[in-house]
Amino acid sequence: MAAVYREVPGNPSSIHAEGRAARAAVDQGRERVAAAIGALPSEIVFTSGGTEADNLAVRGTVRALRQRGDHVVTTAIEHHAVIDTCDDLRSDGVAVTVVPVDGAGMVDPDDVRRAITPRTVLVSVMHANNEIGTIQPIEEIAAICREREVVFHSDAVQTVGALELDVREMPVDLLSINAHKFYGPKGVGALYVRDGTPFSPTQTGGGQERRRRAGTENVAGIVGMGAALMHAVEARAEEPARLRDLRGRLIDAVMAEIEDTILNGHGVRRLPNNASFCFRGVQGEALVVALDLAGIAASSGAACTTGSLEPSHVLQAIGLSRELAQGSLRLTLGRTTTADEVETVIRELPPIVARLRAVSAVA
Amino acid sequence: MYGEVAVDHFTNPRNVGVVDRADGVGQETNPACGDVTRISLRVRDGAISEIAFKTFGCSAAIASASMVTTLAHGQPAAQASRIAASDVITALGGLPAGKEGCASMAAGALRSALAAARAAPA
Repeated sequence: MAAVYREVPGNPSSIHAEGRAARAAVDQGRERVAAAIGALPSEIVFTSGGTEADNLAVRGTVRALRQRGDHVVTTAIEHHAVIDTCDDLRSDGVAVTVVPVDGAGMVDPDDVRRAITPRTVLVSVMHANNEIGTIQPIEEIAAICREREVVFHSDAVQTVGALELDVREMPVDLLSINAHKFYGPKGVGALYVRDGTPFSPTQTGGGQERRRRAGTENVAGIVGMGAALMHAVEARAEEPARLRDLRGRLIDAVMAEIEDTILNGHGVRRLPNNASFCFRGVQGEALVVALDLAGIAASSGAACTTGSLEPSHVLQAIGLSRELAQGSLRLTLGRTTTADEVETVIRELPPIVARLRAVSAVA
Repeated sequence: MYGEVAVDHFTNPRNVGVVDRADGVGQETNPACGDVTRISLRVRDGAISEIAFKTFGCSAAIASASMVTTLAHGQPAAQASRIAASDVITALGGLPAGKEGCASMAAGALRSALAAARAAPA
């Protein structure tokens, strides 16, 4: 990317040599992203990230199919970029059905099937949830949507690059992709749009991305994204197993050493790097701050960390009480995580929970 | 995000616990997030002779409760009941924006406990 910033200053839309060099860089990025998911380069629309891709998928489909219908089906655990967008569309007269999930955060494909009506234009179900790690049965849901001739979108931000995903083997019409989730730069992502899918742009202007998303391309970002995804696909042979081993060690130790602990999300169908817990009697922000002081970066679904007055909607959707949801802690592992670091967390976390429970008014 | 004093009162909170045979107990909830602080105390010769707290809450809530009990300990009851959230925040060296409710909760629980002590039969 540094090389691109230094040596490829052209605008990909310009017809001179500098422009053509930039165009070539973008094309290569596009080919790499497409190859990673089994798509054609022409089916990749670059965006400013996963949020824009989600917005584009939902708004672009609803707008293109407004004559056909005004109903969207989605789930209770989608990212805010999908949920808030659907909520916003309600004020445009769009009806939204929110399918619930079970205690492990899993969507039942039959619930989706039953929610589809003759007015449904879009079903949006994320591939895997970022908070609790549960991987949804999107192959089944995609097949249901294809059968009912409804456009199927999946927010695959957590899974592209991490899990096997091939659009030639699954009838998904739209996929949201986010570069920084596979160690690419922040500020760039993509929407996969299957050839033939009805689509209406939300950002209009200079006609870039085959008139699907106007705006001068983020050349360096796209190059970074393509390179990162290529590396992620190469690492995919071994990385998931390595992460599962480390994560398994972490979960086993935490569950064994800290009582009154709940593991959130599905026990088996979960992202390899995700460990999400609730600790009874303690509050999530206090856990995160205490861990930060010990050099460990974590997050929580507690209100006050969510930027709202409510704890995470995902934790509420899987049936946790507000109080328990306040005691949530999410630990995610990554490419740089070592076994030593996992042991550090195993050593530091139990005393922190014990200390906070000793202070607690409800433990 | 948190200054040295606030971090200290979060990591090494003072006066954690429950006062035995307390003269007054007060509890306050932060309606914004559901955090709870409970303060118990004893009053001897008009001054707070023992004080303790328990908090289910964030780091700022714990630090605030620790600080409010530190400020109140040994104080004449009338004076202690005037300890305000702003006094707690100042003593902590400040709290991040949006965390004022944590200090209010601590000051409120103290006032509740003192009111309960006043109301109790001698």
